[in-house]
Amino acid sequence: MTTTLRPTPSPNEAQIRTPLARVRGLGSAKEGTDHFWRQRVTAVANLVLVIFAVFLVLRLVGASYGQASEMLANPLVTIALGMLVLSGVIHMRLGMQTVIEDYIHSEGLKIVLLMLNTFFAIAVGATCILAVLKLAFGS
Amino acid sequence: MASAKPSAGTQRPISPHLQIYSPLINMMMSIVHRITGVALYFGTLLLAFYLVSAASGSAAYYHAKYILGTPIGLLILFGYTWALFHHMLGGIRHMIWDTGRGFDLATVDTLCWGSLIGSISLTILVWIAAFMF
Repeated sequence: MTTTLRPTPSPNEAQIRTPLARVRGLGSAKEGTDHFWRQRVTAVANLVLVIFAVFLVLRLVGASYGQASEMLANPLVTIALGMLVLSGVIHMRLGMQTVIEDYIHSEGLKIVLLMLNTFFAIAVGATCILAVLKLAFGS
Repeated sequence: MASAKPSAGTQRPISPHLQIYSPLINMMMSIVHRITGVALYFGTLLLAFYLVSAASGSAAYYHAKYILGTPIGLLILFGYTWALFHHMLGGIRHMIWDTGRGFDLATVDTLCWGSLIGSISLTILVWIAAFMF
């Protein structure tokens, strides 16, 4: 039984390749479920890290500069904040990419906005990580 | 996507779009999930502002605290808190749906109302906690 998913290049391939091998890495963007999956992985990471961040912010609300810089110099806080920033900017870049692809139909503008999206995510991520590291190691 | 301009003289049927449906809670929550996501996207500038200020020394730290403590600052932070919780609970709802569960209408409604009520409750709780410290 052969189900033809796409024109078969050679008889050999039709016999040897499994249906999974045929679809792996395909799709219109040639990246399969990669976008979907990374969105989910970073979502789960964000869930845990944001809950941590909410408690951290609650402790930072009334803090003096001395108390705040001491809290933010704690290695565990540095690691958690660093991971939150990383996971957060990846997640938000993927999400904004979907929004742009959904609503911007002009090809040129779409490409420009997709690039700006990437630049924004990296710029925010780099800025936050530098600040987190500076708070960790002192100025 | 090709532009949808009908050629002269042809009246082709048009697919129904958002304005034709009465707003249902799951539809509204889907839209709000996307809007809160976009809000949080630009809201990361707030996080960057706070972290950079804290890393830039005492004067910058207190300056940032002052700005965030103004009525407009507090309003933005309150909105940020709600957007964060709403997007978080909406995300949990989507993860439940990702497993193929919870698609009967009653459960869909419960999940959607739950994420709305939950996000408002959590926001108020956190702000009460913030003022108690």
